[in-house]
Amino acid sequence: MADTGIGAAVRRTEDLRFLTGKGRYTDDINRPGQLYAYILRSSVPHATIRSIDTAAAVAAPGVVAVYTGADMAGAGVNGLPCGWQVHSKDGEPMKEPAHPPLAVGKVRHVGDPVAVVIAESYAQAREAADAIALDLEELPAVADTRAASASGAPQLFDEVPGNLCYDWEIGDKAVNDAAFAKAAHVAKLDLVNNRLVPNAMEPRCYIGDYDPTRGEYTLYTSTQNPHVIRLLMGAFVLGIPENKLRVVGPDVGGGFGSKIYHYAEEAIVTWSAGQLGRAVKWTAERSESFMSDAHGRDHVTHVELALDADGVFLAMRVSTLANMGAYLSTFAPCVPTYLYATLLAGCYRTPTVYCNVKAVFTNTVPVDAYRGAGRPEATYLIERIVDVAADETGIDPAELRRRNFIPKDAFPYQTPVALVYDIGDYDQTLDAALAAIDYQGFEARRAEAAKRGRYRGIGISTYIEACGIAPSNVVGSLGARAGLYEAAQVRVHPTGSVSVYTGSHSHGQGHETTFAQLVSDTFGIPFESVEIVHGDTDKVLFGMGTYGSRSLAVGGTAIVKAMNKVIEKARKAAAHILEASEADVEFADGQFRVKGTDRAMSFGEVALAAYVPHKYPLDELEPGLDETAFYDPKNFTFPAGCHVAEVEIDPDTGVVTLVNFAAADDVGRVINPMIVEGQVHGGVAQGVGQALLESCVYDAQGQLVTGSYMDYCMPRADNLPPVSVSTHVTLCPHNDLGVKGCGEVGAIGSPPAVMNAVVDALSALGVKHVEMPATPQRVWQAIRDAKGAAAA
Amino acid sequence: MSVRVTMTLNGKEVSAEVEDRTLLVSMLREKLGMTGTHVGCDTSQCGACVVHVDGRSVKSCTVLAAQCDGASVTTIEGLAKGNTLHPMQEAFRDNHGLQCGFCTPGMVMSALDLVARNPDPSEHEIREWLEGNLCRCTGYHNIVKSIKAGAQAMRGGK
Ligand code: FES
Ligand code: FES
Repeated sequence: MADTGIGAAVRRTEDLRFLTGKGRYTDDINRPGQLYAYILRSSVPHATIRSIDTAAAVAAPGVVAVYTGADMAGAGVNGLPCGWQVHSKDGEPMKEPAHPPLAVGKVRHVGDPVAVVIAESYAQAREAADAIALDLEELPAVADTRAASASGAPQLFDEVPGNLCYDWEIGDKAVNDAAFAKAAHVAKLDLVNNRLVPNAMEPRCYIGDYDPTRGEYTLYTSTQNPHVIRLLMGAFVLGIPENKLRVVGPDVGGGFGSKIYHYAEEAIVTWSAGQLGRAVKWTAERSESFMSDAHGRDHVTHVELALDADGVFLAMRVSTLANMGAYLSTFAPCVPTYLYATLLAGCYRTPTVYCNVKAVFTNTVPVDAYRGAGRPEATYLIERIVDVAADETGIDPAELRRRNFIPKDAFPYQTPVALVYDIGDYDQTLDAALAAIDYQGFEARRAEAAKRGRYRGIGISTYIEACGIAPSNVVGSLGARAGLYEAAQVRVHPTGSVSVYTGSHSHGQGHETTFAQLVSDTFGIPFESVEIVHGDTDKVLFGMGTYGSRSLAVGGTAIVKAMNKVIEKARKAAAHILEASEADVEFADGQFRVKGTDRAMSFGEVALAAYVPHKYPLDELEPGLDETAFYDPKNFTFPAGCHVAEVEIDPDTGVVTLVNFAAADDVGRVINPMIVEGQVHGGVAQGVGQALLESCVYDAQGQLVTGSYMDYCMPRADNLPPVSVSTHVTLCPHNDLGVKGCGEVGAIGSPPAVMNAVVDALSALGVKHVEMPATPQRVWQAIRDAKGAAAA
Repeated sequence: MSVRVTMTLNGKEVSAEVEDRTLLVSMLREKLGMTGTHVGCDTSQCGACVVHVDGRSVKSCTVLAAQCDGASVTTIEGLAKGNTLHPMQEAFRDNHGLQCGFCTPGMVMSALDLVARNPDPSEHEIREWLEGNLCRCTGYHNIVKSIKAGAQAMRGGK
């Protein structure tokens, strides 16, 4: 079993189809009689819709229908719901303006959907859209986060004064202020967490289908959570009961958060299919992805850290402006609050933390969770301010961190910002990452680089994140409008093979492999005898889906619970057949054995007996072997670790080259190390992208400047060095597997490591901070300004 | 205006009536049902659509189907021999060179063209060659490793 069990680097089951072109992504699916939708979008950031004349488009060749927001609203279609309600510090609920699938009355960002044209071919739909006469009266727009909160800023909604969605706080301000008053030193920093576009390589794609004879709808969707979409779209938007709505999330080409949310186009194709009695397909063009996939990050922050004379952290205070975009996306409000400010203690014993967050609406694409979601923003500001403090106090950055770590014997540890960390060992990962990158030898490398005329810098980042979202009672008290458990069904077939139906959804994570390892290991059956089924509401009973690195910690634990039920029932059956008392029957290595004897039955034999119950305790047990479990976690899980980056900067061009990167992560027990390392690699690349390359830019008028791969700089293979990854395990104490989650650590830990390295490289010139992304232009300018200041 | 395009696709002659503006990728995916070749962008940058036309890697979103009349086209579906994967496919599997799989067909086809030109590419050469292929999942680390291993296997080494 060792070669496929827990801890083995098993090659992935799913790869065979992906490598031979047999993957089945939504756009690969075609339904009989299928029509194609083209969505006409606003090309201006803010305008009143005076009129929409669709007559010429309706008459165009191949066109079957054209619908506007008025058509959908008139038919009783509701707006897109928000799944999390945040309350302001004065107790008022957040402002939650309507978000119709097709704009009604006003358009509020470039890309806001205005009308849908449905035709026999996509080309016909697209051409006909040109014939729609859209009369817009342009309004002043605001895209910038700071500008939106300034007095006199253009206002998006009449009912949202000052564009303020909420004004939220966490922490005891009086206690915090008192701690600052005692500080020997206060480090201060203003920083921006740049807006990003998630850019899963598969563009979003949806097919709505309708069977009029049964009144049944099917939605094929590139989603991370089919059941959540069924609930949101069925119950809130279209009014279709669950038994008449099937949602299928087939192979999905990456998500990173952007495919969690219920999007307008899902409702549009499903509703249109019902209107027309024919399937309707919509596939985003990449330029549409840029202006309609939920964006990530976009915070403007001021942070202060108070230290005593020995460099011990006394207090931290943070104020953040968070950009929500033009409407509230599904989980947007919780990202800059409960997924962000609750992590502001980081790995440190800071006794008091206070954070105020103001969320604002702007004329931009809605912002929501993107890989890491809130935790990269928290980690970035913590690790930058710690480096500023290290620089100002003259304490080595590694030493300053070590001095303030929560010690490994202090767990469970109550932070000042609500969370209780369960376990960790931060020294271990710090030591490992420093050793991997040869921290001791750095100054020699810096000197060598200087001889070549290069500035070399090293940067450390430690991080902690809360994953495995989440205890339902906790998130419920914080405003979540759903529970966040997971469901699993383990169906043992008569001859002992097993199908597992999981509510988790794989869009690159390799669940078909990892989960099968778990099941084959537990049941003692061959890896090949296990099939993992996901992504179809008609097959899987329920599920909350995959995000926040929750699949193994929550979904995997649900599978364990269901497997335990299977084993308990099978043990009873085996005891009866083996004529032993139940207490005497033990299960190990796939055998039910009467203790101390050689009387045993294999897992498969018991399964057969359960389905062919000739010698079976029918008075006590039902035939069959098929169990279901729902698992609601007791706490979040807390992956943590340390990333160290080394960069070289060319002073003449400002080009930053990442030359060395080491990650040491504690993600709990590792089921498949190959997959875990791959998750870290991918996350690191996205984090390096944020630090050095990526930025979603709007101009002052609200036009999206970075609307394609020509303008938005994605990380490419030659932007990255090989990444050293190691894992160091402390077992999560409150789930059966001891697992924590590995999907987001890379994107959380890496940006501050890279930025600390960039600043370190330039610190001899007097540079104190560089904003992300550290583009050549920005770095060149920083060097020039610093040299100018030195000369003046 | 529609035109008839005839080509050798993965060793078999195929023919289809397409509009003259039809891109090769659309013909493959929509007319011929070969959905292994993907579309990830509209600016010829992501490389999800890479196929071979007469032995050279080509972004099939950037070439007209009509230009390929009479050509020999190979897609990801044409690499494996029955159930035996091509060594480059096998190397991607062994080295976890894919996660969601969406960029993978283009990566593999692009890698094969690199190895045809340079049977023993260095890590640096691989990274530079992949300039035109985006992957959002893997961070490229394991793709580079896969291509190195695939090239070695194709040279007959182990
Ligand atoms: S589809 Fe992106 S390059 Fe062809
Ligand atoms: S494997 Fe997902 S984009 Fe490359």
